[in-house]
Amino acid sequence: MTVVRHGFLGALPPAHRDRLAGFARDVSFPAGTRVFEEDGVADRFWIIRSGVVALDVHVPGRRAAVVETLGEGDLLGWSWLFEPYRWHLGAQTRAAVVASEFDAGRVRAACEEDPAFGLAVTNCVAQVIARRLKSTRTRLLDLYGPPR
Amino acid sequence: MTVPVPYRVVECEAATPDTATIVLEPVEAALQPFTPGQFAMVYAFGVGDIPLSVSAIDGHRLTHTVRAVGAISGALHALRPGGIVGVRGPFGTGWELSAASGLDLLVVAGGIGLAPLRPLVREVLATPGRYGRLSVLIGAREPRELLYTEEVRSWQGSLTTVDRPDERWQGEVGVVTTLLDRAAFDPSSAAAFICGPEPMIRATAGELVHRGLEPDRIRVSLERNMHCATGHCGHCQLGPLLLCRDGPVVTWRLAQPLLMVREL
Repeated sequence: MTVVRHGFLGALPPAHRDRLAGFARDVSFPAGTRVFEEDGVADRFWIIRSGVVALDVHVPGRRAAVVETLGEGDLLGWSWLFEPYRWHLGAQTRAAVVASEFDAGRVRAACEEDPAFGLAVTNCVAQVIARRLKSTRTRLLDLYGPPR
Repeated sequence: MTVPVPYRVVECEAATPDTATIVLEPVEAALQPFTPGQFAMVYAFGVGDIPLSVSAIDGHRLTHTVRAVGAISGALHALRPGGIVGVRGPFGTGWELSAASGLDLLVVAGGIGLAPLRPLVREVLATPGRYGRLSVLIGAREPRELLYTEEVRSWQGSLTTVDRPDERWQGEVGVVTTLLDRAAFDPSSAAAFICGPEPMIRATAGELVHRGLEPDRIRVSLERNMHCATGHCGHCQLGPLLLCRDGPVVTWRLAQPLLMVREL
């Protein structure tokens, strides 16, 4: 089992990082794999070691719209931490992906059992959510378009 | 040179649906040489002049990339080989690349902001060994708005992301700052060069400072309404700066407090 030490995990204090890494197992997905679907049960999450995953939103009558891509070191999936534990987006691999997979139930149980570990993990996930929210808001500004 | 000098359009190529790259040659006397990051005032006869950064420098030839957004830029965008324009320059500060010798280089471009950065990248690539690792990070709204795509593909260490992918786009999606995680640089010995929309500049420079890059080692190119380009009219004032004279390239240490002042 190998876990990347930068990106999401790099933000965790070493002791908590090692504890979280203890829950990981190696997985790989070929290019084009649907990793999860919008509104599906968020019972796992991943930290990407290599490859690219596209996050998308279902648009009725059209192809799913890609809203973001994630790569090495990124956390794939945060819906597992908050009720109702359902995915907000869909995810599909763009290229072959190697990742560390975590069982959400086991990690949540560990978070409840050890509040310091729980706070550290929650803080890191919250930072990811904050960054993605900021990115989304920035993109809403349509910065690169010609001035109007 | 503060009096327009006639230049002839020798090449004109559509870069994106509303952007064209035009190559100019002096009709008679040439202007002084430009350095990467400097700009010229380019005059469309009978319409007016606007500041345009040089997007390539080749001897006395000047290359500009212009997006048609108004009457003057529209007239320049519509030029064809043989057309004549008036050019003043060179104006403003350049990227001062020489100060980054031996450092890792981060070049971050948003939209048409890649145009003034292209001569800098070319200069770095032409002097191997003089600088550390080069990362060129490019953000654009849509894939069809990406500039110089073939040339960018040949730049080792370049990464591109778009905000709105079309069905054929297989690259990255998201804001340009997300590419910083994939760039190879040591914040303690790196220099950054940023050009693009102001919010993108602020987000990128802020993230780089957060990662440990000194604000003096971050250079940004700022846009304001430049009219005279000689520091006389005051249209391009930003606090104590007249950007046509003191800019457009300034350090982030200088720019950051000014960009946080509302309505400045």
